[in-house]
Amino acid sequence: MEHIYLDHAATTPMDKRVVDAMYPIFNEVFGNPSSVHSFGRKARQLLDESRRVLANSIHANEKEIIFTSGGTEADNLAIIGTANANKDKGNHIITTIQEHHATLHTAEYLEKEGFEVTYLPVTEDGVIRVEDLKAALTDQTILVSVMYVNNETGVIQPIEEVASLLRDHQAYFHTDAVQAYGLLDIDVKEMGIDLLTVSAHKINGPKGIGFLYAGEDVKLQSLQYGGEQERKRRPGTENVVGAVGFQKAVELAMENRVSRRQEYHQFKDLFLSVLKEEGITFDLNGRQENTVPAIVNISFPGTNVETLLTNFDLAGIAASSGSACTAGSVEPSHVLSAIYGENNECTTNSIRFSFGIFNTKENVTEAASRVATIIKRLTK
Amino acid sequence: MSDNQNTRVVVGMSGGVDSSVAALLLKEQGYDVVGIFMKNWDDTDEFGVCTATEDFDDVVRVCNQLDIPYYAVNFEKQYWDKVFTYFLDEYKAGRTPNPDVMCNKEIKFKAFLDHALSLGADYLATGHYAQVRENNGKYEMLRGVDDNKDQTYFLNQLSEDVLQKVMFPLGHLPKSKVREIAKDYGLVTATKKDSTGICFIGERNFKEFLSEYLPAQPGEMQTLDGIVKGKHDGLMYYTIGQRQGLGIGGAGDPWFVVGKNLKENILYVEQGYHNEKLYSDSLLATDVNWINPDDIERTFSCTAKFRYRQEDCGVTVHVLEDGNVKVVFDEKQRAITPGQAVVFYNGDVCLGGGTIDEVIKNEIALDYVG
Repeated sequence: MEHIYLDHAATTPMDKRVVDAMYPIFNEVFGNPSSVHSFGRKARQLLDESRRVLANSIHANEKEIIFTSGGTEADNLAIIGTANANKDKGNHIITTIQEHHATLHTAEYLEKEGFEVTYLPVTEDGVIRVEDLKAALTDQTILVSVMYVNNETGVIQPIEEVASLLRDHQAYFHTDAVQAYGLLDIDVKEMGIDLLTVSAHKINGPKGIGFLYAGEDVKLQSLQYGGEQERKRRPGTENVVGAVGFQKAVELAMENRVSRRQEYHQFKDLFLSVLKEEGITFDLNGRQENTVPAIVNISFPGTNVETLLTNFDLAGIAASSGSACTAGSVEPSHVLSAIYGENNECTTNSIRFSFGIFNTKENVTEAASRVATIIKRLTK
Repeated sequence: MSDNQNTRVVVGMSGGVDSSVAALLLKEQGYDVVGIFMKNWDDTDEFGVCTATEDFDDVVRVCNQLDIPYYAVNFEKQYWDKVFTYFLDEYKAGRTPNPDVMCNKEIKFKAFLDHALSLGADYLATGHYAQVRENNGKYEMLRGVDDNKDQTYFLNQLSEDVLQKVMFPLGHLPKSKVREIAKDYGLVTATKKDSTGICFIGERNFKEFLSEYLPAQPGEMQTLDGIVKGKHDGLMYYTIGQRQGLGIGGAGDPWFVVGKNLKENILYVEQGYHNEKLYSDSLLATDVNWINPDDIERTFSCTAKFRYRQEDCGVTVHVLEDGNVKVVFDEKQRAITPGQAVVFYNGDVCLGGGTIDEVIKNEIALDYVG
């Protein structure tokens, strides 16, 4: 049985070209980029090169890229780092109810530290409303954090409108772009984004590395203390091999952004058309005109995620749900709860399928027909 | 072997040594084994810690050692509705319920079995000490060979239809051998302590637990002749035949609970382990299940257990019109307790069982027993 991976929003396999780029570095470049000798310089050169590529990919300058261990750390640094550095300007933070836990739990931590946090609601389409943000802004607001693309529904948020609303406000604008980066065109300068989070392993790069873009004028306090790396904003010896892999993954993502978007659209349409042909009853979560095609979140009435995901896995299909299923406790998806309300059936019968570079029309079709067989068996 | 490869067995895994070894044995026999952890109770404390997380972690580690897939399933709602509600209702009625019997009937071998079948399983396996024997197309349940561990008492409500789909890989093994297998294989659960007590109460104080759900109504302790001997903390905290915790001093033999008067909230106590008030000669059982109903005659002799790990006693069973049974003991029995299970055996074959409803002596139901 062929195992088919449809969980690319959780993590992606590394592109072989990324592995090939990293492989020699393990052997050849071991120096510490901060060292004052040839070994160190060689490493520093690679790090600089990576940083340049990363910066260009979002139209930032190199000084604005802070390497981190991944998306979670970048979100933490963006949110806690600006909150702590800008206490003198206010203590109010605005984010949304459907953020990734890296943002939500960080905001909750700051609440305990005495900050006030407003969590914006979302509409039935899965988007926030800029009017709500406008109403929530005060002269105490120092940070607004809104994810670019929701990781469960794939719904694109009105990032440009948020940014332009904040243009004349003291609050910094942070966006977690982990699910958008590599598929959408991002220009931080033109759009007016102050802080932006990216993770390598979501774009076929290695795990353990990500970056935070922080505009040059953003006042940011580091979360850890040590050396002078990353202009003191993220001390610690750099992950040079990771940075090289990250760079390659970014280059490939930029090069193929348009074609991938098209391809994932095809996959999504194909997947849904097989389900329709098989007579499966389903609903799509989030407004579809407004999503990235790599993610499709489907509600199957009369089922539950536990049984579905177990059956899918036993049939070789890897997918996931926003519900956290740990040790048998099913917490309904906070994202779908935000959209539909807490007791709606959709929060416990919805599955996220997400496409990636190793999917093909054939394996997407095969996956959809296996899914259909299971749904039929469970709902008959 | 190839037959086994194509036979999917879902193993209910608790994170304990028994179910770990059950999975190991099936895996070694070449089955397509899937481990599933069942969560029936939420005991998350104020720090967000819950024992299920630890137990599931052990399931994960064992399954990874065995290289089998593992999942979890949640039956908290079903458990609450079918088992815990019954548990509280029985205590409210002054009886001593057996939630393990109910859990096996309603959860493990119903909701969980259905879940396993929905995953394409051919069989559900558990680490219970019991055996299934196919006998000319008939499925019987036999005691586990380890006398001390035999768990058929708790499984008395299973039907033949269910047994057809069930495997008990440990039934033919003594517990010591199970531990040995676990150690030989290096299973991470090899030396894990067996769980004790009722699963949802765990190691906690029983009184404290119960008082969170049922208001305790203290009252008087009296002899059956009405002599006040002290105070009780609430009838639900006591069971028939109990000696501990009465706090009655004085000369002579120790005191024992012999009954309850729910209406007047009196706990009846009498003196002496062998006090005749503790003895009865028959009982009425309801909710009777026969595993192989076709084999049951209207009146027959067999052996029975009135509580777990008790020696079998000779009895004569009379099946009544309404399906309830009257069970007449060969010899008088001590401390028969309403709410507990009576389970019948023919040699090693478990015939089924019921819930003790009335305790009878000389053809009269002992109303003081409750």
